[in-house]
Amino acid sequence: MELPRHWRLRAARYRLLGARHRSTGEVVFPREPRHAADAWDDLPLSGAAELYSFSVVRQPATDDDAPPALLALVRLAEGPLITARITDCRADELTIGMPLEMVTRALRALGPDGLIVYGYAFRPLVWPA
Amino acid sequence: MRRPVNPVGITGYGGYVPRYRLAAHAIHDVWADGAGALPVDAKSVPGFDEDTITMAIEAGRYALRRGGIDGAALGAVWVGSESHPYSVKPSGTVVAEALGAGRWISAADWEFACKAGSEALSAAMALVGSGMAQHALAIGADTAQARPGDALEYTAAAGAAALLVGPAEAALARIDATVSYVSDTPDFFRRADRPYPVHGHRFTGEPAYFHQVRSATTALLEGLGTTPADYTYAVFHQPNARFPQLVARQLGFSAAQLAPGLLSPQIGNTYSAAALLGLCAVLDIAQPGDTVLLTSYGSGAGSDAYALTVTDQLAARRAAAPPVQAFIARQQAISYALYARQRGKLVMG
Repeated sequence: MELPRHWRLRAARYRLLGARHRSTGEVVFPREPRHAADAWDDLPLSGAAELYSFSVVRQPATDDDAPPALLALVRLAEGPLITARITDCRADELTIGMPLEMVTRALRALGPDGLIVYGYAFRPLVWPA
Repeated sequence: MRRPVNPVGITGYGGYVPRYRLAAHAIHDVWADGAGALPVDAKSVPGFDEDTITMAIEAGRYALRRGGIDGAALGAVWVGSESHPYSVKPSGTVVAEALGAGRWISAADWEFACKAGSEALSAAMALVGSGMAQHALAIGADTAQARPGDALEYTAAAGAAALLVGPAEAALARIDATVSYVSDTPDFFRRADRPYPVHGHRFTGEPAYFHQVRSATTALLEGLGTTPADYTYAVFHQPNARFPQLVARQLGFSAAQLAPGLLSPQIGNTYSAAALLGLCAVLDIAQPGDTVLLTSYGSGAGSDAYALTVTDQLAARRAAAPPVQAFIARQQAISYALYARQRGKLVMG
């Protein structure tokens, strides 16, 4: 049963809820159980990011990614480097270091009768382009 | 004519249109040998990872930004659509969570064909206008479906518009009054568990769209003692390019009043978003003191008409989010084959 796992991650996935260390200022994403409340505060991340690296997935391992899918390493403005899908874009429109913005998209469905899993993806800035 | 006890207005707004466009002639080539007239130039098509919920979230974020409030300040998140991703499970709770709304709110889904979004707007006016909430978010969003080859396939598009309703003193545009008009009219419907709607051909025109839109608009104009000339802009539900232009002419509005909010020629019919998205496009350019007449339409059938007056707070706050035209300009043309794949119309055997 995957429902509890997806349910627990919803704040991080839908709206990039991370955490910041109260004394060092270190920012983590996603927040994990070891980032305890006595030292870490919730921090909603801005969604502003930069393209660190990417790959074109032409033969995805599952049906979740419609090929050709763009999988990237994305540097969030607050520091963390995360893996994410790039959307609304072709590979020839991407350049390393370009600014990206976070959008919430449907990532996969757990079968035709199952939950639709929503989460973050990134795209080139729409405005100002 | 209706007015809430406490005056209310639009305190934030946001529009969203997906990147992909299918030209009407591409549909025409497949189904009609390329002959005959076309109802629009192109329609917007959602990406693989988009649905009513994702588009509602994006439009909602822009409305909050322009409103200058956090999701936590919302008292209601209401999503009107005829293409909710789930038959049973509210879109509203997912959108509320994504916007960072609190738990002690009303979140719900509305349904009334193409005016589900304006139903949510009227309800938001009542919730805020009665003092039960300070801010309510009304969203219209759709990824409309149409049977391949049907007349609706040319126009069934995708988009979202979110209107944040709050007290009139914080408004970018005050809502001066509203009128709702309904009648049991079987012009367009989709039975439960069926994938595509059916429509009544010519019956969708005069007794359906034109009768409801004219009735609601005329009642509002008379109720306020105004004439079409008193409005800077007029926005009508736009199921194609022709209907809103014709009804505007019948009512006495000019092409210039209609133009800024007439988006259907470029993006098709965004269903629950259509009239509200037209309003967003008008608010992107309106000046203090400008007046807007907005009339939605939903099959089945009914219309909500609203009179709005732009305040001097609009100019400073609209730059907080992208204008609708930024999304209309962002476009990638796709083939009918790619559209068929993207919309799940290919039979994989």
